[in-house]
Amino acid sequence: MHDVTLDIAAGESVAIVGPSGAGKSTLLALLAGLDLPSTGRVVLDGQDLTLLDEDGRARLRAHRVGFVFQSFHLIPALTALENVMLPLELAGSARARPAALETLERVGLRSRTGHYPRQLSGGEQQRVALARAFVTRPAVLFADEPTGNLDTVTGGRVGELLFELNTSTHTTLVLVTHDLDLSSRCTRIIRMEAGRLA
Amino acid sequence: MRAIALACRSLRREWRSGELGVLLLAITIAVAALTGVGFLVSRISNAVALQASQVLAADLRLGSPQPLSGEYAAEAARRRLATARNTALLSVVFNGERSQLTNLRAVTAGYPLRGQVFIANEPFVPGHPTHEIPPRGEVWPDSRLLAAIGAQLGSEISIGAATLRVGNVLISRPDQGGTFAELAPTLLMNEADLPATQLIQPGSRVSYRLLFAGERAKIDAFKLWLVAHKQPRERLHDVTDASPQIRNAVERAGRFLSLASLVSVLLCAIAVAMSARQYVRRHLDSVALLKTLGASRAFTLSVSAVQLLAVAVCGSVVGCAVGFLAQEWLLSTLHGLLVVDLPPASLEPAAVGLMTAVTVLGGFAMPPLIQLSRVPALRVLRRDIGPPPPLIWLAFGPAVAAIAFLVFWVVRELRLFIWFTAGLAAFVLVVSAAGALLVLLAGRLRGRVGVAWRFGVANLSRRRAESVVQIVAFATGIMVLLVLSIVRNHLDRDWRHSLPADLPNYFFINIPPGEREPFIHFLQAHGARTARVLPMVRGRLTAIRGRPVDSMKFDGEEAENFATREQNLTWAAEPGADNRLIAGKWWTPADYGKPLVSLASEFQDSLHVRVGDQLTFDVGGERFQVQVASIRKVKWDSFQPNFFVVFAPGVLEKTAGTYITSARLSAQDARSLAQLARRFPSVSIFDIDGLLMQVRSILDKAVKAVQSVFLFTLCAGLTVLLAAVQASRDERRYENAMLRTFGARRATILQGVLAEFVTLGLLAGLLAAVGASIAAYFIDTRILQLPYAFDAPACVLGIVGGALLVAATGWLATRSVLRQPPLWTLRAG
Repeated sequence: MHDVTLDIAAGESVAIVGPSGAGKSTLLALLAGLDLPSTGRVVLDGQDLTLLDEDGRARLRAHRVGFVFQSFHLIPALTALENVMLPLELAGSARARPAALETLERVGLRSRTGHYPRQLSGGEQQRVALARAFVTRPAVLFADEPTGNLDTVTGGRVGELLFELNTSTHTTLVLVTHDLDLSSRCTRIIRMEAGRLA
Repeated sequence: MRAIALACRSLRREWRSGELGVLLLAITIAVAALTGVGFLVSRISNAVALQASQVLAADLRLGSPQPLSGEYAAEAARRRLATARNTALLSVVFNGERSQLTNLRAVTAGYPLRGQVFIANEPFVPGHPTHEIPPRGEVWPDSRLLAAIGAQLGSEISIGAATLRVGNVLISRPDQGGTFAELAPTLLMNEADLPATQLIQPGSRVSYRLLFAGERAKIDAFKLWLVAHKQPRERLHDVTDASPQIRNAVERAGRFLSLASLVSVLLCAIAVAMSARQYVRRHLDSVALLKTLGASRAFTLSVSAVQLLAVAVCGSVVGCAVGFLAQEWLLSTLHGLLVVDLPPASLEPAAVGLMTAVTVLGGFAMPPLIQLSRVPALRVLRRDIGPPPPLIWLAFGPAVAAIAFLVFWVVRELRLFIWFTAGLAAFVLVVSAAGALLVLLAGRLRGRVGVAWRFGVANLSRRRAESVVQIVAFATGIMVLLVLSIVRNHLDRDWRHSLPADLPNYFFINIPPGEREPFIHFLQAHGARTARVLPMVRGRLTAIRGRPVDSMKFDGEEAENFATREQNLTWAAEPGADNRLIAGKWWTPADYGKPLVSLASEFQDSLHVRVGDQLTFDVGGERFQVQVASIRKVKWDSFQPNFFVVFAPGVLEKTAGTYITSARLSAQDARSLAQLARRFPSVSIFDIDGLLMQVRSILDKAVKAVQSVFLFTLCAGLTVLLAAVQASRDERRYENAMLRTFGARRATILQGVLAEFVTLGLLAGLLAAVGASIAAYFIDTRILQLPYAFDAPACVLGIVGGALLVAATGWLATRSVLRQPPLWTLRAG
């Protein structure tokens, strides 16, 4: 990445778009503290990520950040409910179960809580992933091609749900996508080309 | 605590979803193999010791020429040990006018404490076991005694002042030892009848023996007590010094069984390492995700470690149960072969199983888990990112430490430990290098073979590191199995060689010089094959290098025995074929008449005498000062007449002596023994068939034990192969789907899989054969003292068997992968 300077305000929804290999996912990884820049700084929720070690960044993510991925990344050994409970358990929350049930209800999967990921369709898996992302009420939600693995209809529904949850929880949304419909619903679109902001 | 709670919860969840199944199964089978061998080794070792203890008729025996203090029996009773008395003396037994010098055994109830007495209604038949001793007023003479005095069941025979009735024929007793004092025919009687015989008078030569038996730990403790409290003239014998042949058999069997169990331990480690690698591969994404969701590295490591510990405990418990059942089943198949009832299994192998599981997991599974905890969170976005490369010390240090600890723990002998670990380290290095070479060569050969073989060989070359690890694992597994097989063959051959089928089965002593020729003719006329005939005189060592032995201190009971007991001496012009000169020179006819002796190496070792030393013997009151001319290594288990001290011809001839010989008599010819006993009444016939049967039974049992353990180890080896193949199943599933999508037929893919595993197995087998031959050479020559011979059939079996085994296992393990429709796999991502 070269000369990337970017400010995202709280409550904003930002779509990062651009061709494959432009550096969208790398930018997302840097913003979320999953990777560190060789030079420069990344400040998330007031904290300079480059000054934190791996565990420090993990702690910050646990309390302030949510994620949705293209390939869902549900833990295959855990049921839908357990997958949603996981971030709350990691953050030490005592009411992981009721909160997870409530969020699953909001994404329309109340009846699928005991199912394992392999027993769910792609759309259902991504809805579980959305529930997992929002259950901690994160300050920032990072989504990497959230509809990339879904057909148009299912992708549309998941996108709908994503923005609905975002609006209701006032979460800052940073979205990497090729989906024009999804990006057009964001308050700002950032274009990337060859590692630079276009 | 949060990590433990989450670990336990997710363990339950993971178990439900089947994720931990592979690892748990590997540990379970590994522990089952280990504890199965442990239970088996422990029980068979105990049984072998128990069988050996039959030679003493007890676990421990205290003997003395004087009556033994009642304190010993009282102490034994206090320690809840079984005791019995056995008083032995020589006396002439009469039936009318016919008489025979007889070895009387007056015993108390409970005799024998180990082994069984066999009796019958007529002489020279196999007989049946009994738990009784002769009732008062009744005696049980052996076949030779009955023949010699012409008695039969119901005859009244005179022993000293008493007249007793023949109640049964004594066929055999467990403690019919090989010392010459016991060579006279035997008569078993009740100790309560002994006073009536009035045989025991001041000056009578009587041997009083107290027998003890009980649990090993109690016996060991009591032995220490006895050593501290017994009188100097009282001699203590336990199983280990019952007989050199049996002692050798037990020692060799024990060593070999330990080696066999060690193999299982190492196979466990390999299986666990492979399963752990698979666990890590399966959990890379989960750990990256946990980190993305905010978990620290320590947290993810704790979760894995707690899960691993839980798996270790579960695997150990289930594995112990499976191992126990497996050895029970194995023993039930051996039932007809085991004469003695096996002692019940102790719980020790279960504890050993748990501890070993933890050690093996610590050494072989923790390093990959530490690696797992180092996977970056970024992997959630970029699947190609794995953990950073492992630190060398972390990858190998704990594994090497765990192996060293386990090896030493099993062998408990520094020399064997050093040889074994050095050989293993060299082997692993060589096999790793050779494996890497194969992977390199495979890459070059790909262009010259068909598509199926190219696919198979390409798999080996593409997964380079994994292929090398698998080759090392397979080669190690096959090698240890081969070493077992080769060394077992050598042991078996050596044992059978040392006890050939035409071994002499009768000893004849006290042959008067005047009857020597007619006696030998008689034997030969009755179909016996006689061995050498040697003169025998009794004498006592009185001085070593001019110093009286009475004034000398000796280290050890054996040395004291050699120095103080009455020796059987002989003279001979030639050493027997079973004697090998290890020092000095054998005499020539020019030396005849010179005061020279040749000593057995045991005599030399105990008394520290060398060639050229002067020894003084007292033979029938006459002093003989002789010089040590040579030292011989005697193969005692040839069952030929052999002597610790052999004089040069022309020295002892004037002393009053008799002759000794041994012969082989078939069961049919043995019937003429009664006739022989009548014709040569002064000759004592010693039937060593019984002793031989005991020795053979113990050796055969040891061979069977080895074979059982070997079979069990073979199963453990197969488990490792299965675990290894299973570790690459996910990858194979994906490859299969891709190839099928591109139009490959199932048969082509199957050929590719077979090609890969056959190549892997061939190379592993080849390396294993070379390694096993080298290892067997060292084990044979350095540890077991056996001559080494290259075992070509075993090596071919290793190579071909390795290829077939790996191919078959690979096919079995990948069958479900090949059957799976490609769409499933591709949809699952």
